[in-house]
Amino acid sequence: MNWIWFHKLASPPHAYGIAGRLAPWFGWPAGMLILAGLYGGLVLAPADYQQGDAFRIVYVHAPSAWLSMLVYATMAVAAAVGLVWRIKLAHAVAAAAAPIGATFTALALATGAIWGKPMWGTWWVWDARLTSELILLFLYAGVIALRASIDDRDRADRASAVLAIVGVVNLPIIHYSVYWWNTLHQPATLTKLGKPSMAGDMLWPLLAMLLGFTLYFGAVLLVRLRAEILRRERDAAWLRAELA
Amino acid sequence: MSEFLAMGGYGAFVWPCFALAAVVLAWNVRSARRQLALAREQALRRAAAPDRA
Repeated sequence: MNWIWFHKLASPPHAYGIAGRLAPWFGWPAGMLILAGLYGGLVLAPADYQQGDAFRIVYVHAPSAWLSMLVYATMAVAAAVGLVWRIKLAHAVAAAAAPIGATFTALALATGAIWGKPMWGTWWVWDARLTSELILLFLYAGVIALRASIDDRDRADRASAVLAIVGVVNLPIIHYSVYWWNTLHQPATLTKLGKPSMAGDMLWPLLAMLLGFTLYFGAVLLVRLRAEILRRERDAAWLRAELA
Repeated sequence: MSEFLAMGGYGAFVWPCFALAAVVLAWNVRSARRQLALAREQALRRAAAPDRA
């Protein structure tokens, strides 16, 4: 098999250029989908028969919770690729993903707490879903802090990669927590198998927001990756030519 | 309009959630762009004076 394309893609100058060209293709559709989702979710969708208008929080809560896990998976896969095949670009991806994931995990927790107050009568319970999501936030914080605390770049890459990979155990726990344990948290609205438990005019804004947030993550990750590449390659000859 | 803002009595819960989401979305874009601009500036400075940077 011919791996030349892969090595070319993983080379920093190539990745720097491609990331720059790709980012707007993620960013603009993301912005449009999020705006459409906001309009559909806040204006067009009818109030829920049980939760009234409070259910609309789902349009920011579910996409941020989804990103909290997608970003972690991205970070962990990149870290594993970097660790196993010693591809520096993969470590750069992992480093770029961590702060994004941390902010969306915090957003998922905050919007969940605000949603919990009127629906459950409490901001917080120490149940499996909420606690495992909080642990996810600590994992992000740990990965970021570990990277920041080691001066040598290669050692920082490897140490934070190991922590990121170990933390993957938490992802299925978060996902299945609502089925494995008794919890106040409602089960998933969307599942791969079976019909979504939501009417169409409530559902499409949610799908728009989920896809919009996902593309948004792609755009922000690519910009952060470019910054990360610049920092790592600051003495490389190609960079001088690129910046000249 | 005021009915829309009231969100059926849940306005005090719904709007802070959307405001927080807006803050997180805006912060990530701003931070990413800032990081890139900073890194580019540093790289340029280093390229101009490789011995001192």
